[in-house]
Amino acid sequence: MYNWLTDCVFYVAAALLVVSSLLVITSRNPVRSVLFLVLCFFCSSILWMLLEAEFLALVLIFVYVGAVMTLFLFVVMMLHIDLEKLKTNFVRYLPIGALIVLGMIGLMGYIIAPEHFSLLAPAHHGADYSNIKELGTALYTHYVYPFELAAVILIVAIISAISLAHRGPRGRKSQDVPSQLNIQRNDRVRLVDVPAEKKE
Amino acid sequence: MTLTAYLIIGAILFGISLAGIVLNRKNLIVLLMCIELMLLAVNTNFVAFSHFLGDNAGEVFVFFILTVAAAEAAIGLAILMVLYRKRHTINVDDLNTLKG
Repeated sequence: MYNWLTDCVFYVAAALLVVSSLLVITSRNPVRSVLFLVLCFFCSSILWMLLEAEFLALVLIFVYVGAVMTLFLFVVMMLHIDLEKLKTNFVRYLPIGALIVLGMIGLMGYIIAPEHFSLLAPAHHGADYSNIKELGTALYTHYVYPFELAAVILIVAIISAISLAHRGPRGRKSQDVPSQLNIQRNDRVRLVDVPAEKKE
Repeated sequence: MTLTAYLIIGAILFGISLAGIVLNRKNLIVLLMCIELMLLAVNTNFVAFSHFLGDNAGEVFVFFILTVAAAEAAIGLAILMVLYRKRHTINVDDLNTLKG
């Protein structure tokens, strides 16, 4: 009963994942591609849940769907994209694309055939097992320095993204304090020599 | 489910995203999305191996890949915004400023 249910969940999530990833690459409208990519992330987080990686599945939804995909959606909506110009010759490149997919999947399918990787699932953990605790213990003991490097990477990403996308105040009536302080007398006052006229 | 089932899902996802890169060569945003999809396939493989071999290192690795991918997406989209502001296009074929 239990195995039957998990198999069902696996097959449904996997089929939905493949279909939605196909729709990501074939849909004309980028907004639609972003939304199908969100569906992809949801499906694969279901798969990760089945693999008992609960923390990473939740992080995938929170970070990816909540932050990264929202960023993609903002950028797609901010740009006025001329979709007609961006249309590639889809039919022309379709044979190459199909060939790549089939070749790649065939090759990988040969490599990861069941006779090489037929590991059966290990026993399920009990209810007192905490995936977050295990992951946190590993992360804060063995992997402390990589963890801090990840923080540095995030800081670099924040600073570079802001400094790239920021374009300063424009068309706003804001004060420019340095130029106000560095003002010279000659910039503001102009003495005009007006000759006095004789009284008649 | 056996390990092979998860690995095949990862392989299919990777192949589809590679085909997406070939098919949508002009639209820079879709290219970035295909790269995200590729990283997702790789992460699925990592999580599967980590579960079936009973080793935590795979999950820790996925954690770092997620961090780097988020940083990459943020910087890539910022560069895309700057590019669109300068050139008013995101067509990959139009980006030939360095061409002699």
